[in-house]
Amino acid sequence: MNSSQLFGITTLCYLLSAVFYVALLVFKKKKAGTIGLGFAIIGVLVQTAAIGLRWLESYQMGIGHAPLTNMYESLVFFAWCTTLFYIFMEFKFKARVVGAFVMPFAVAAMAYASFAKRINQQISPLVPALQSNWLLAHVITCFIGYGAFAVAGGLGLMYLLKKSGIKKGKKQDSFTGSLPELKVIDDLTHKTIIFGFMWLSAGIITGAVWANEAWGTYWSWDPKETWSIITWFIYASTLHARFTRGWSGSRIAWLAIIGFVSVFFTYFGVNFLLAGLHSYGAS
Amino acid sequence: MSSRKKNPVWAFFASVRLALFLLFILAATSIFGTVIQQNQPAAQYVKEYGEKTAHLFQVLELTDMYNSWWFLSLLGIFSLNLIVCSLERIPNVIRLVKKDNLTIKTEQLARMKIRKTLALPLPPEQSIQRVTDYLHSRGWKTTKREKEGGVLLFAQRGAWTRFGVYIVHLSILVILVGAVIGSPTFARKVLHNEKFAFKGSIMIPESRETSFIYSFASGEKIDLGFTVRCNYFTIEYYANGMPKTYLSKVSVLENGKPVPLKDGSTVHDLKVNKPLTYRGITFYQSSYQPYSDFLTVLVDKKTNQKENRIIAGGTQIKSKILPVSFGIINQEVRGEAVQRIKIWFSDNQVDPAIFWVHNGQKAIIKRPSGEYELTVKQLYATGLQVTKDPGVWFVYVGCGMMLLGLFVAFFMSHRKIYAFIREEAGQTTLIFAGSAHKNKVGFEKVFSRLVDEFQQQMA
Repeated sequence: MNSSQLFGITTLCYLLSAVFYVALLVFKKKKAGTIGLGFAIIGVLVQTAAIGLRWLESYQMGIGHAPLTNMYESLVFFAWCTTLFYIFMEFKFKARVVGAFVMPFAVAAMAYASFAKRINQQISPLVPALQSNWLLAHVITCFIGYGAFAVAGGLGLMYLLKKSGIKKGKKQDSFTGSLPELKVIDDLTHKTIIFGFMWLSAGIITGAVWANEAWGTYWSWDPKETWSIITWFIYASTLHARFTRGWSGSRIAWLAIIGFVSVFFTYFGVNFLLAGLHSYGAS
Repeated sequence: MSSRKKNPVWAFFASVRLALFLLFILAATSIFGTVIQQNQPAAQYVKEYGEKTAHLFQVLELTDMYNSWWFLSLLGIFSLNLIVCSLERIPNVIRLVKKDNLTIKTEQLARMKIRKTLALPLPPEQSIQRVTDYLHSRGWKTTKREKEGGVLLFAQRGAWTRFGVYIVHLSILVILVGAVIGSPTFARKVLHNEKFAFKGSIMIPESRETSFIYSFASGEKIDLGFTVRCNYFTIEYYANGMPKTYLSKVSVLENGKPVPLKDGSTVHDLKVNKPLTYRGITFYQSSYQPYSDFLTVLVDKKTNQKENRIIAGGTQIKSKILPVSFGIINQEVRGEAVQRIKIWFSDNQVDPAIFWVHNGQKAIIKRPSGEYELTVKQLYATGLQVTKDPGVWFVYVGCGMMLLGLFVAFFMSHRKIYAFIREEAGQTTLIFAGSAHKNKVGFEKVFSRLVDEFQQQMA
């Protein structure tokens, strides 16, 4: 058994989890949600083992380093963070059906990592710029933030769906009826954004300290840095709009979605569309 | 306060509306600089975007937009907004923190959302003591006041957490101050002292030294005030050919003598991610340059006499201290890097030795005149980025404050507990009531546990 087989099993688990969560949403069978959660948990456990194994494999190859150094590894880690964050949230807030809006992100990340032609799955040695203890701190803080923002984006989408369902006066038994109360979704979105914002800030700061160690400049307006601060501005405005101007509901839901689009661009778009210092993640 | 409030300029800068607008504008305009490559030569923009658009870029300073007058002005207004907005609100927060909570009307307690009324089996005096002791044992220090019809106890925790958000605001200002202090532009144009803060670079060939660097901003020499020598440079590769390490062994010299550095040694292994800081100036491994010359070290094994020379490929030299001559007659090159070197070595007594050695590897040569050790290595220059940023500690302190402030603002709250004890028709009753300015659900749990355990203690 090697790590890539385990990652294959993970992808399958996440896919099944997403399918069952969607089944819960559509058919409102409680059992489907339980199975969905079960697959998510199995998936996360297998993936944890897979990440550990890949780490070990890199040491066996004599180029040992944490598996957080290229696009493949970061996508895998993103799926792991998102799922873990979601499972934690489900246990804490008992809003099971949210999985239908979150697990597809994890599936998409794993599937893209596994099947896209431009993604290199090889374990490769660390270039000098990445040989630093800040690597772990920086990547982990950023990706916990990204994972939380993915969940917040899913919640925002869910809020808007539910709201449009109510507006159209659909009966309670239509599929939007099975979603949590608007007030509950709104509150969860807010809490998730707060959590993500904290970690994004930490991610930007660890990145700045590392950049200063490696390049002699803590901030050089490289596209990745700039997009991370754009994302930070978006969530900062969202929090201010809520705390001081009392925004809630659809407006916050939209901001959660816009915020996640910005996260997505920071993570993905910058690597593929713009030139810059953060080129490690591009393949 | 009231006079300030009437001032429209003050009100403008104090508004959250402005903050929201600025955050939006900063986010939106920042996108330009990620799409338009920054700080390229002017001709590049003309080629890529055409004459007219390139001219527009120049007028709007979009080719160096994060240093443009309008972007810096936005940041300036943003700072002003942060300051005024915080000054406007902090007095109110101080009032809330210092407030005498015992002045509350006891009827209000009955209307608070989080509350519980208990009947106590003890007379009022004893009850007050029990409640006070209990709360104290749970970390709630109470104050007491006689009220109409009974006695009110009050305790609060985390009042200071109301400042959390202002710690975050202040942290942003501290970071911006740090950025200004460390800005080479500020040092050059405002302080007229380029040595105060600068970024620059220098190429130092192996075995050579420098006491100045070239500024990025002006291209002019900046005197370091000490000397840096590159003793040695090498690149190590992984088996697959990827570079593994760029390593420069550097020394710092004062008055011609090497000084001990951080770890006590006079030689620092300078690598990417492992810079060297000396007297506030930091050196980073950033590039290198291979030459066609060679660095040679010749040692007489018997006497340990040593001679360092630089020679060009395809030439030969005569040692100044030993009775030998040697030269480089061929080399094997991959890219710009020399792999193996063919050496000609003679002591003028027997036929010269001719042999291949790997770049930088020692060769032992036995001749009738003695035993010699020769090392020949392709000459490199190391490219160092050199930075002096006296503001960086402000930035780091600001970053720390920001994380602390965010944590306090998001995850801590100002919690209050009231206990009102009175006697009615021979029965002592106790009203517990509480409030939190954030995370009310979490506080409700804490509150009910507190009350439940008190009940158990009384029973």
